[in-house]
Amino acid sequence: MSKKIKKNWYDYMWIFSVTYLVLGFFNIIFAWLGLICFILPLAISIIHGSKAYCNKYCGRGQLLDMLGRKFSLSRNKVPPKFLRSKWFRYGFLTFFMTMFLLMLYNTYLVFAGASLKEVVTLLWVFKLPWHWAGTTAAPSWVAQFAFGFYSVMLTSTILGIITMILFRPRSWCVYCPMGSMTQGICTIKYKGENKDGRKSERDSGIVEVISK
Amino acid sequence: MLGTKKLAHVGDECVSCGACVKECQLNAISIYKGMYADVDKNKCVGCGKCAKACPAGVIEIISKGAAAV
Ligand code: SF4
Ligand code: SF4
Ligand code: SF4
Repeated sequence: MSKKIKKNWYDYMWIFSVTYLVLGFFNIIFAWLGLICFILPLAISIIHGSKAYCNKYCGRGQLLDMLGRKFSLSRNKVPPKFLRSKWFRYGFLTFFMTMFLLMLYNTYLVFAGASLKEVVTLLWVFKLPWHWAGTTAAPSWVAQFAFGFYSVMLTSTILGIITMILFRPRSWCVYCPMGSMTQGICTIKYKGENKDGRKSERDSGIVEVISK
Repeated sequence: MLGTKKLAHVGDECVSCGACVKECQLNAISIYKGMYADVDKNKCVGCGKCAKACPAGVIEIISKGAAAV
């Protein structure tokens, strides 16, 4: 149950996430809108020094929360420990960004004259024909980027839904590359700063761990 | 338990997603500078709602000696 009875405008950002995925079925060029979900969280963490995007505005997080809780699709199990470990989170971020750069390279190849591939690649492996989605007579590299970017967005949504079902609703947020990057940026920005007493929290005062 | 207080404790592997913040009706937990969740010891009653929502499973409900709070 969420504490707020009165909803804020940003509590409806999940609508943006759903609309985005639907639009890609009709016209792939809409995939460019997904850049907002890349640039905004980074800009907020660099300029404002916070994870306000994750904490308030991210439609993906809201959607997973809603599917998991309102629609009771989640098993609500704590994910395995490795998921929250630094090596896995930063390892996944590295893999994700490598694939992203590869996608940019493919866009460049099309810009340089290679032919447009009208496919959406799921989980970096499965190629789905997608020629029924319009491309609005855009230059072919513009369309190629859109196919690539939509693949990234659809793949991460699918991973998010799988981990939402298997574990807790927002389990994707544990290894989401944007979440890892924005937390990393804040940690670098506030290096050395710590809330008083955080590190000594588990000192002698603790009697027992009651539950988890 | 006389002299002790139930309290949420956030582990080091918090990913600062904010799922716990949305859960706490007492506004006892907040994200500190985008880095991790921080519990206000004076407000928290150790109800455990945040722990159940935490996707990383890093919140424990602990019992803490009153003298140390
Ligand atoms: S971690 Fe990723 S999916 Fe979760 S709220 Fe942040 S940006 Fe959204
Ligand atoms: S829900 Fe868990 S991982 Fe997310 S901010 Fe709260 S304590 Fe950290
Ligand atoms: S244990 Fe309850 S009161 Fe304490 S921070 Fe969590 S939700 Fe809030």
